[in-house]
Amino acid sequence: MSARTASTGVLAGFGDTLRNGSVLTLRNLRHVVRIPGRIVTGVVQPVMFVLLFAFVFGGSLGGEEYRRFLMAGISTQTMVFNASFTAVGLANDFQTGMVERIRSLPMSPLAVVLGRAVSDLVVAVASLVVTALVGLAVGWRIQDSIGNAVLALLLLVLFGFVMTWVGATVGLFARSVEVAQSAGLIWLFPVSLVSTAFVSAANMPGPLSVVAAWNPVSAVATATRDLLGNPTPASLPQPDAWPLEHAGLYAVVSSLVVLAVFMPLALARYRALTKG
Amino acid sequence: MVTEQSAPAVRAEGLVKVLGGRRVVDGVDLEVPAGTVHALLGPNGAGKTTTVRLVTTLLRPDEGTAVVAGHDVRSAPDAARASLGLSGQYSAVDERLSGYENLQMLGRLYGLSRPASRDRANELLERFRLDDIGPRRVGAYSGGMKRRLDLAAALVARPQVVVLDEPTTGLDPRSRLDMWGVIEDLLTDGVAVLLTTQYLEEADRLADIITVIDEGRIIARGTSTELKDRVQGSRLEVQVDPDSSLETAAAALRRSGTGDSSVDERTRRVEVAVDGGPSVAMRALRALEDDGVTLTDVALHRSTLDDVFLALTGHPPAEDEAAYDEEPAEVAS
Repeated sequence: MSARTASTGVLAGFGDTLRNGSVLTLRNLRHVVRIPGRIVTGVVQPVMFVLLFAFVFGGSLGGEEYRRFLMAGISTQTMVFNASFTAVGLANDFQTGMVERIRSLPMSPLAVVLGRAVSDLVVAVASLVVTALVGLAVGWRIQDSIGNAVLALLLLVLFGFVMTWVGATVGLFARSVEVAQSAGLIWLFPVSLVSTAFVSAANMPGPLSVVAAWNPVSAVATATRDLLGNPTPASLPQPDAWPLEHAGLYAVVSSLVVLAVFMPLALARYRALTKG
Repeated sequence: MVTEQSAPAVRAEGLVKVLGGRRVVDGVDLEVPAGTVHALLGPNGAGKTTTVRLVTTLLRPDEGTAVVAGHDVRSAPDAARASLGLSGQYSAVDERLSGYENLQMLGRLYGLSRPASRDRANELLERFRLDDIGPRRVGAYSGGMKRRLDLAAALVARPQVVVLDEPTTGLDPRSRLDMWGVIEDLLTDGVAVLLTTQYLEEADRLADIITVIDEGRIIARGTSTELKDRVQGSRLEVQVDPDSSLETAAAALRRSGTGDSSVDERTRRVEVAVDGGPSVAMRALRALEDDGVTLTDVALHRSTLDDVFLALTGHPPAEDEAAYDEEPAEVAS
């Protein structure tokens, strides 16, 4: 496999990869528009979560104050759930023989996964926009500068990109759409709920509280919340853990660590699946 | 460079691939000169698909090598791939894109510019008589249309070598005829075609050279006429009236046939291999009549792929072993 990549030349190879990745991104986005369920899920899911949390839990947890607190958490969760689309999309490409066809082309395997990651990210950002609109309708506001709000968006996009690679890994190990669908969903709930995205980690039992504090989801949600100027209600005290006190820094660092683990893992798996 | 012109577009020597501890391909040699069709004929699990995957760089050979348009698949797989078009056993076209979008996307992935990929897509749609449904999504295409599109997809980059893995498996007879016409047209471009098939008829119709492969090994090679000469016979089967003697019938058929006759007492059927067609059968029937045997049924079976195998290997083709032909899941290491 190393002989294959070497024969293309590293720099020329990278330019080709980007170009091919963008061709595949376009193809994936066409899919999104053409699978009615996909766009509905991508948009309805976050809307549903906003409304469920805002009005089912919100009443007990602090009304409008909670709804403002909630939005950063929902946005982070939207990025986490994005991974499941990547998992299913890649598994589908394997199952339908698309990867096989692409593999007989003189192009880098990285382009396939990259094209998938980017197209899913585009959809995730669209979901974020819808989420934000629903948030505005239920009382959420940007309570800090627009500049910081843009930083919050960038942080979420980075996190979404990272999660895409986790999803890619899941999808590549699953290989079939059915497995990717179940395997791709199960881990999303603990990862997004054992965090400070929706509730107070201080109220969780000891070990769980520690896990929640160090969960990158908590850091991303907390940092996003800070950048948006959305206060944490006094009824939801957060533990004095280092990652939460340095949420921005920890969010970026932990995202890069997750990326550094899953990106090579996904690519190695892709190569293993497609090697001769 | 001068030698490349005369060299065959595909040359494989001593290809071996072990999958799951089994020598799925066991020393296969092949040559496909430009402008000719070479058919790999064999039953499911014979190693046809694996051979094709070795030649198309999708699998690495354990031993031996293949040279495609002058590029060794082991040392220069990218260059080999750039001169290859592969159309698989299962259509690998994207059902959610239109026919046009499929071809255009592949053109882009092959490195064509946007206008060039657009022109190439339109040109291929027209050539494969898909231009009227080109803008429609492939999901709505018939099986035959999908295969034609898949073949068009293999031609996007004007490959010198086109590899077709069971191009008509699963198609209805009319679509199969259609597909054959399309494949014959390819030769006018001077490409070399390597195709695999389970159908004797298909190899007969399309191929200049047929290689018969079984259990990973080449068991015969030649033009279709040469191969047919080796299995030109038919099987004559008669059902004997209960009032006639089975033994007499068996003896009479043994004299007319090329081998021993087989008798099924329960169904009162007697069967023998005969050398030749209806005229030989007529003579055999007359001989039965002369011996006073009354028949209730007569059938003359023409050679099938099974007979080719029986004749060439002495055993019928292996039962459905398609699973072995698939590449087993490989674990990352």
